[in-house]
Amino acid sequence: MNAEDVDRAASEAVASVRAADDLESLAAVEAALGAKSAPLNAAKRSLGALEPDQRKELGRRLNEARAEVATAVETRRSELAAAARAELLEAERLDLTESPGGRAGHLHLVTQARDELEDVFVGMGFTVAEGPEVETDWYNFEALNLPPAHPARGMWDTLYLDSGEPGTVLLRTHTSPVQIRVMSESEPPIYSVMPGRVYRRDTADASHTPVFHQIEGLVVDRGISFADLAGTLEAFTTTYFGRSIHSRLRPSYFPFTEPSAEFDITCVFCGGDGCRSCGGTGWLELGGCGMVHPNVFAAVGYDPEEWTGFAFGFGIDRMTAQRNGVDDLRELFTNDIRFLEQF
Amino acid sequence: MKVLLSWLREFAPFEGDPVELGDQMSDLGMAVESIDHVGGGLDGVVVARVLALRPHPDAERIQLVDVDAGDGEATQICCGAFNMAEGDLVPLATLGTTMANGMTIERRKLRGEWSNGMLCSARELAMGDDHEGIWVLPGDLALGTPLAEAIGVTPDVLYDLEINPNRPDAMSVAGVARDLAARLRLPFELPTPKPRRAGADAPWGAGRPPTVEISAPELCGRFHVRVLEDVVVGSSPAWMAHRLRCAGMRPINSVVDVSNYVMLELGQPNHTYDLDLVSGPGLRVRWANDGERITTLDDAERTLDGADGVIADAEDRAIGIAGVMGGASTEISASTQRVLLEMAWWDPMTIARSSRRLGLRSEASMRFERGCDPEVVERAAERFAELLATSGATLLAGSLDARGELPDRQPVRVRTARVNRLLGTDLDAGAVAAELTPIGFTCASAGADLDVVVPSYRYDTRTETDVVEEVARHLSYSSLPSRRPASPQTGSLTDRQRDRRRLRAVVAGLGLAEAMPSPLLSPEQLERCGAPTDAMVLTNPMAAEESVLRTSLRPGLLAAVAHNAAHRNPGVRLFEVGTVFLPTDGVLPDEPEHLGVALAGDEAPAAVAVLDVVLESFGIEGWDLHNEPTPGLHPTRSARILLPAGAGPTEAGWVGEIDPAVVEALGIDERVAWLELDLAAVLARPAGPAHYRTVSRFPSSDVDLAFVVSDDVSAMALRRTLVAAGGDLVAWVRLFDTYRGAGIEDGHRSLAYRVRLQAADRTLTDAEVAEVSAAMVAAAGSHHQARQRG
Ligand SMILES: [Zn+2]
Repeated sequence: MNAEDVDRAASEAVASVRAADDLESLAAVEAALGAKSAPLNAAKRSLGALEPDQRKELGRRLNEARAEVATAVETRRSELAAAARAELLEAERLDLTESPGGRAGHLHLVTQARDELEDVFVGMGFTVAEGPEVETDWYNFEALNLPPAHPARGMWDTLYLDSGEPGTVLLRTHTSPVQIRVMSESEPPIYSVMPGRVYRRDTADASHTPVFHQIEGLVVDRGISFADLAGTLEAFTTTYFGRSIHSRLRPSYFPFTEPSAEFDITCVFCGGDGCRSCGGTGWLELGGCGMVHPNVFAAVGYDPEEWTGFAFGFGIDRMTAQRNGVDDLRELFTNDIRFLEQF
Repeated sequence: MKVLLSWLREFAPFEGDPVELGDQMSDLGMAVESIDHVGGGLDGVVVARVLALRPHPDAERIQLVDVDAGDGEATQICCGAFNMAEGDLVPLATLGTTMANGMTIERRKLRGEWSNGMLCSARELAMGDDHEGIWVLPGDLALGTPLAEAIGVTPDVLYDLEINPNRPDAMSVAGVARDLAARLRLPFELPTPKPRRAGADAPWGAGRPPTVEISAPELCGRFHVRVLEDVVVGSSPAWMAHRLRCAGMRPINSVVDVSNYVMLELGQPNHTYDLDLVSGPGLRVRWANDGERITTLDDAERTLDGADGVIADAEDRAIGIAGVMGGASTEISASTQRVLLEMAWWDPMTIARSSRRLGLRSEASMRFERGCDPEVVERAAERFAELLATSGATLLAGSLDARGELPDRQPVRVRTARVNRLLGTDLDAGAVAAELTPIGFTCASAGADLDVVVPSYRYDTRTETDVVEEVARHLSYSSLPSRRPASPQTGSLTDRQRDRRRLRAVVAGLGLAEAMPSPLLSPEQLERCGAPTDAMVLTNPMAAEESVLRTSLRPGLLAAVAHNAAHRNPGVRLFEVGTVFLPTDGVLPDEPEHLGVALAGDEAPAAVAVLDVVLESFGIEGWDLHNEPTPGLHPTRSARILLPAGAGPTEAGWVGEIDPAVVEALGIDERVAWLELDLAAVLARPAGPAHYRTVSRFPSSDVDLAFVVSDDVSAMALRRTLVAAGGDLVAWVRLFDTYRGAGIEDGHRSLAYRVRLQAADRTLTDAEVAEVSAAMVAAAGSHHQARQRG
């Protein structure tokens, strides 16, 4: 075999490598080229029969030829692997917009509002207190400076239960009995909020439901004044509703507080300029508040000369309905999935 | 309460923007609900007399009215109302008049007849709500006079005020004026009435010795009686009728109207009797006898009890219910000539109870309930006589007066330091007195403090705190200081509250929506859903559908599923976290908190999966299910949930599927998987931080074990046996196949478990794996008669 034969054999080998059209046939080509009978292998074996100078020359040529073939194999292997991957990937192609989507869960709007309110007060150093929904007259009324036959009891239309003496067990009309329970069970200082479900004997309409939710707050400490009440409500208002929303107090009447006040917030719809939602006043009524009445302290055994305190409360449902544009409170409790999934 | 600005101005010189005056009233706690402008738009409207009424020749619904508008001429008007008669005085809008609604009156032809103006109803003139025909003007008015002048109406402002129960003084025009004048530092004055007087006759008339007697002093603090003679019962002057109408009261006749007018002006309700119909020469105030009957002014017969007060005549017959309503027997009529006028002070609690019990709440009872002014009665009686004098009534000089028990009016010690402590202010005694004196509180200095005598018109104000509130009110709440208290504690939720939030998040994370059904249900709803029917029952429910408290979350959530199904939204996945109410031996029920889950369109295992996730999230291991039927759930697809506890497993609710019969009864046409879990054992477990178990670095070995077991053996029980038998080397055991059919005997199935074994400190040998596997097979056989399958 001379140099020309080697060149031809190399060219043929490279051509067969290039002709392989998948990895499998490439492997077959490789095997064929590795066989003893393959021309280049045979040529290598025949080198020993040549003259030294010829052998050297042809040996060098043979090594070059084998390297060329090896390079051709590796190149072809990468090409074929890339093609195989491309084909596989193309076969796996997906239109991701065909996804059926997931189904997110939802917390109830009232739960979300309650959690958010609790968080604001927790951030202000309050704890969260809870109590039973079925209460005795004493916790719901009497301890709150509302003795039996007090005319102001008419402010709460009460649902009574057939238990114990008639008219002594009821569905709490506000979360205030929790205030009494907290004070009865612990010593001041107290900084707590009381969220929960309450009941009134009321016909349901767009702005009333017989079952609804309130949050109240109670602070009892040394040296607590009306100024602390005003400051606490202002801090709450700006934190919860935003920096541009403020609070104001107006005289009111509740048997369990004195002085008593209504508290309003800047209308969140018009920013105080006056609009339909606020009746043109620029203010929205939010809730009631005041300094804890000395008779309430007497009922729980606190000395009103040593301790002073304030309390406040407002409806969660109405506030959040207003905020979220729910114009009928009954929607909150119909449990229609088209409502629940909106929040 | 509705008050006219012109009426307020009779007591103090209020000037300026009516809206700003309203803001001041609101700031004083008399919240302005609305401000209306009344009495305007009367320019061009004059008093006219109906001369003749003639039918329209061409229209049935219109008549022709000739009126004299003061020029002596007959002016023809076409009019659609038929309520007036010849001689009546009526308001005529003359040509060119612009009405309150913006319409301009022009000369025009109606079906061929000229109309030279328009006759008006009260409503068309913005003078009240009356639109039943033309407003027939009362009294004797000069023809052609501008209406506004004739009836004493000028453009006015009407405030609707919300008065709090602790403001008896503000239930009168004079009281509102006093409060507002004090705020504005204006002089306030109650004018002295000038009635027409008639000598010094004894009020009861000759030969009838007068007496009034209070035999129930705790009921009646003051009973004051005057007599008026020469009374002519007619209609009231137009200006008075106008004011009453603005205040929301209907003018009736001169006596009733004056009575109401005095009540509105001075806050003193009063009652009039036809003196000639009162038997005997005296009145007595006493408690009613149980079962005593009286026919009241509204012609209803009322049965009284011993807690009602009555006014009795000389024959001890009740002729009125104290503070609530007079009797029919002595009612003022058109023929009344002599009026006995009663001005009394009644115990507020008594009136509150009586009026509520009898269903007779009135403007008068509302005022008595809040506590009237016992010292205003003389002035009120004289004012009554003054107002009635225009119709010729004279007031007899003598009065009868008796007193019972009245509120204690000892001075209240008001400590300046206490004022400042409650309000956060820095006032001295002088500054405190400066707020109180203008509203009639008499302040005497007592060292650094004050002794304050509360005026008689403030029944509500008795304690130091009551007075502090008045100081705050008049300083204005909006000008009091504001500061934020520093809570000495770190704000936080309790473990239970945090866990509850996490529970909601976990369940919502499974794609469920939180529902919030009402806890008020009907007994049938409980029964239909198989919930315990021993429930707390309401005594005064609004409706039968809201008459018991739920004992389970099931009725509410199923109603929600049914609601959605009815709106073509099947497949809803709902949950609720809420209390149920279980009666106890005591008066209050237990209120355990439950998790309820309803998965419409799903089968029982889906609910078990939710339970599994919830319990794993709260680190609860070793729980169990006992397949057993329970009312309301699918009899062969329900299980009791048992949670591990110190003293043995605790029953913690039910999981499975709603009974197909219940589902059908509720109109739901898909399966509903159900879970109700008592959260007592789930929330706020005293768990502490979860303890780390070493993650092994050594290889694990998996073994598959299949058993044939009776259907009575639960897969969970068998699994638990395998876990126990495998001991510490068991990493986990999972059920991966269930098979029934060929090769398995009836009443049995094959359960296949994959067991992963792993040690923390070494690679397990084949011998160890075989040993553990054999132990598991042996335990399954001995505990459950489970036979290993090939
Ligand atoms: Zn607004």
